[in-house]
Order: sequence, then structure tokens, then C-alpha cells
Amino acid sequence: MSWSGASGERTPAPFGRRRGDVLAAGRVGAYVVLAIGDPRGESNPPQPGQFYMLAAVDRWGAGEGERPFLPRALSVMRARDGVLQFLLEDVGPGTRRLCELGPGEQVWLTGPLGAGFRPTTRTPVLVGGGVGLAPLAILSDELCASGTSGDPPATLLGFRDADHADGGALLRDAELATDDGSVGHHGRVTDLLEPLWDEEIELYSCGPPAMLEAVRRLAADHDVPAQLALESPMACGYGACYGCVVATRDGYQRVCVDGPVFDAGILESVG
Amino acid sequence: MTLFCGLELAHPVINGSGTFDAIAAGRCFGGALVADFPFAAFVSKTITLGPRQGNRPPRLWETPAGMINSIGLPNRGLAGYVESDLPVLGRLGVPLITNVMGSTSAEFAELIEALSDRPEIAGFELNVSCPNVRTGLDIGADPGELQLLVKNVRPLTAKPLIVKLTPNCADVAAAAAAVEAAGADAVSLINTLRAMAVGPGGGAWLGERFGGLSGPAIRAVALAQVAAVAQRVGIAIVGMGGVSRGRDAADLLDAGATLVGVGTENFRDPAAGSRVAGELDRILSQIAG
Repeated sequence: MSWSGASGERTPAPFGRRRGDVLAAGRVGAYVVLAIGDPRGESNPPQPGQFYMLAAVDRWGAGEGERPFLPRALSVMRARDGVLQFLLEDVGPGTRRLCELGPGEQVWLTGPLGAGFRPTTRTPVLVGGGVGLAPLAILSDELCASGTSGDPPATLLGFRDADHADGGALLRDAELATDDGSVGHHGRVTDLLEPLWDEEIELYSCGPPAMLEAVRRLAADHDVPAQLALESPMACGYGACYGCVVATRDGYQRVCVDGPVFDAGILESVG
Repeated sequence: MTLFCGLELAHPVINGSGTFDAIAAGRCFGGALVADFPFAAFVSKTITLGPRQGNRPPRLWETPAGMINSIGLPNRGLAGYVESDLPVLGRLGVPLITNVMGSTSAEFAELIEALSDRPEIAGFELNVSCPNVRTGLDIGADPGELQLLVKNVRPLTAKPLIVKLTPNCADVAAAAAAVEAAGADAVSLINTLRAMAVGPGGGAWLGERFGGLSGPAIRAVALAQVAAVAQRVGIAIVGMGGVSRGRDAADLLDAGATLVGVGTENFRDPAAGSRVAGELDRILSQIAG
């Protein structure tokens, strides 16, 4: 089984890094959506869950604390006609520089990298937290395109507050939860799974480690399969540095090449 | 063409051990990787007798103009290397240098003996940045120990033998002289500098507390150590440490290196080897012209 027009969960990347033009950068609540023109975007379209290594061509480094130095790994949020969209939140020197980018500037781009989500015959339920909604957006697009009804999959998204919850509009028909109760359900996004446990579902999830760990444990308790897209600091993104390992039942595996999407069942824990 | 210990290389740029995984890169980039292979020779990651899982995470820390890694030499072990890795690495189209590490001289000898006749392997690099089980000091920091080790291993292979020197010692030139006297064909330097990072919440960030600093941050140290070694020994030198442009490679050649290794820059640019080689070629042609 594969997504529409795809062979497996991994599209190989062109070798090396390439320049991509920043086409647009727009604010959505607490986030920035960055649109990059990828010269190889049409020949190497990403699969849902794959990621790219990004660095600004200019002023990467020599900022506060002389960082960033390494490129940053970002899941692709949407890909169409050679344009890649990424979702950014300013949480450190790398994402800060990427958030400042505007049209006329360029990024170094390597990808698509990693193994993404795998389609199954079960009913998909998407569970996201914060900036982790990004890979679920391209997955939702793919599920809409490949499904018979064209309806979006059940989508549950959790955020810190109303400013972050604005990101929920990036996916169709998402049910929201916030930590402070300002939008949607007051509580954890995993609370919203309660009515679904008895159905033939498969969870597709990405978000902060504590949320993913909750999804992993709940899925195990209810004997429901889950695919988790993990995040880890990484230097290279293509299996060279061995810096991004996660503990699995088969020993340490690299998030960049063995993941970033892992079956929850093989993970010891997340975070 | 560059001649290195009897090996004919297309250019003088290779990779530092453990900074490029040709097998994983093949999974990510497909056939294009071999067609445009970025290095004139490929140095494997360190192989040990038994398999190793490597250190517990976190394993990385970004620094000003560099990074600290604490990876812990994960590898399949000798048997796994021969069975799974060698058949793939033997088809890269460039000479393969296998990097090995033992915790004793006898372990080094066992590794070299087992691999010496493999036709896929063109040469060996000894990783001596490992603690002596008796003294707790790095073998590479003690010229006497180093000399004994190389003397023990040298008769076991006719293939080029490179010793990767550690910068974490009192006198790197003395270490180079010791391995030259024991019959090594070349030295490579510098390995990473011992380093530590304090996490945002205080306390050591890395899972194993200490790691190795690499990247442009150590470039000037590499240049000084390569120059010091070149003054002391006549064997070939593979210079590395913070090479990210052709200019950095030219400086190391100028200091006395025969080959240049690209390490951390591979993480930022998977094709850094070819780019640095191209830039270097232009610099050298300008000098010659």
C-alpha cells in the first residue's frame, strides 16, 4: 500500500544540499509558515512524515552566542507544485533565524529525508500537539486525496493557549484542546481520543515528547496501533552523525534514517 | 591525481572517520551517492571486535562554530562489518580505509589480522583515542604505549597503516615520531578535542558527560598541530579539523598535510567533500598558474 503517486514511505533526496528561494513567510498565531521554492520539489516530492534540513544561506551563525551552526530538521507541512511549506516556532537561535526569513532570501535545503507515515487499512486518526501538527497537515491532504469520500480524517490537535491554537486552522475540521481552556476542550488532546478507542483505528501522531509518550501508553493500553513522528536534535539528517538515536526494543535507532516515524510498539518510551 | 602511501587518489580530500555513513547515505540519496561520491577515499567509522550500541543520549551539543559529540563508536562489530558493511563499502568506487579500535594491543592485532586480506580494504586507520584498560589514559596520549601498539600491529599487514592521533596529549609531535619509528605509513590529525557542555537547566548535558569538540572552532588548533607534526616526521599526514572550504584545505596542505579530511562540514553539506575538493583545485591551479 502506498500514498497516492508514491512508492513506499521514503522518497530519496537529490544528493547534496541545494538553494531554495523563500517565496513567502506568513504568521499564523504563534507560528510562522515558510514557503520555499524547491528546484527539485516536483521530481522528488516528499512523503507525509518526511523532513528536510534547513539553514539560511546568509547570516547562519554569528548571531547571539555565535549560533546557529548546524542546519535544523523540519517536517514538511505541505508540498505542491515544487513549493514546500514548513511550520516554525521561534524556540532557539536556529528557528529564530528561520522565522526572520522573507522573500528574496534563500535557504540551504537537503531532503526529503527519513521514513514517513505508512498507510494501513484501519481508520486514521491524527493526533497532534503544537508545531507537531506540521507532518499531519500533509498527511491529511494525502488521506483526503486518496480516500473515496474526500473527507478529512478525524484530527485532534492540542495547544498551549489561544495564540498557538490559531495553528489549528492549518488542518481541515480539526477538533482542538488547549492547556488553558481558551479554545476547545480544556485539557489534554489525548482526552479527545476517549470515544474512539473501541473503533478500528490507527493513530498518526506528532507533538512534544510528553504528548507522544501519552499517546504511546494509551495506544498500548487499548491495543491500538500508533505511528509516532519523533523529533530529536540532529547534526546531519542523513545517518552520518549518529547523534539523534532513540531507544527501541531493538536497541538504539537513528531518528533521521530509521524514522522519524516509528511504530509505537517498538519504542521503550518517548522523551 | 594524489599519491598517498601508494594509493592513487583522484584528489586530496577524504572524510574523517565517523562523519559520513556511506550505507545510510545510500538509503537517503539512492544511486546518486555513488555516482557523485564526494571523497577520493572512504574512511569507515570505527570498527571494534564486538558490536557496540554507543553512548546514551543526548549525544550532541551545538557550540559557537562547531559541535560536541558523544557518540561512543556504535558499530556492528568485526563479524557484522565483514558480513553486512564490507560488501557495500567495497562498491563505492574509491579506496576503502577501515578504521579500527581495540581496548588492548591484542584486540587491535586481532582486528587487523582478520581484515588484512580482505580485497575490499585498501588500508587501515588505528583509532588510538581509547583508554588503556591498565592506566586509564588514552593510548594515543602516551608515545611509549603508541610505539608498542604500532610495533605489534605493523607486521600483520602490508597495507597502508595510518594512526589517528589524539590532540588531547602533551606533545602530538612526539606521538607522531613514536608511530613513525614503529613503522606507521601515515598519521591523521586532529581527532576531536575533549569538551563538555552544561545544559539549560545546569549540569552536564551529554549522556556520558564528556564529548569531543569539532568544526571550525578547532581549525586553528588543527593547523598548529599539523604544522608541528610535519616539522617532526617524514611520513604522510592527513590533516583535518574544521575544514569547511577549499581555503581551509589549502592551509592544511601548506602546513604539511598530504591529504585533507572533511568531518563536521559533511553534516551541514552532504556533498562537502566534492565542493571542498573543487575549491581546493581552483586555489592550487591559481598558485601553479
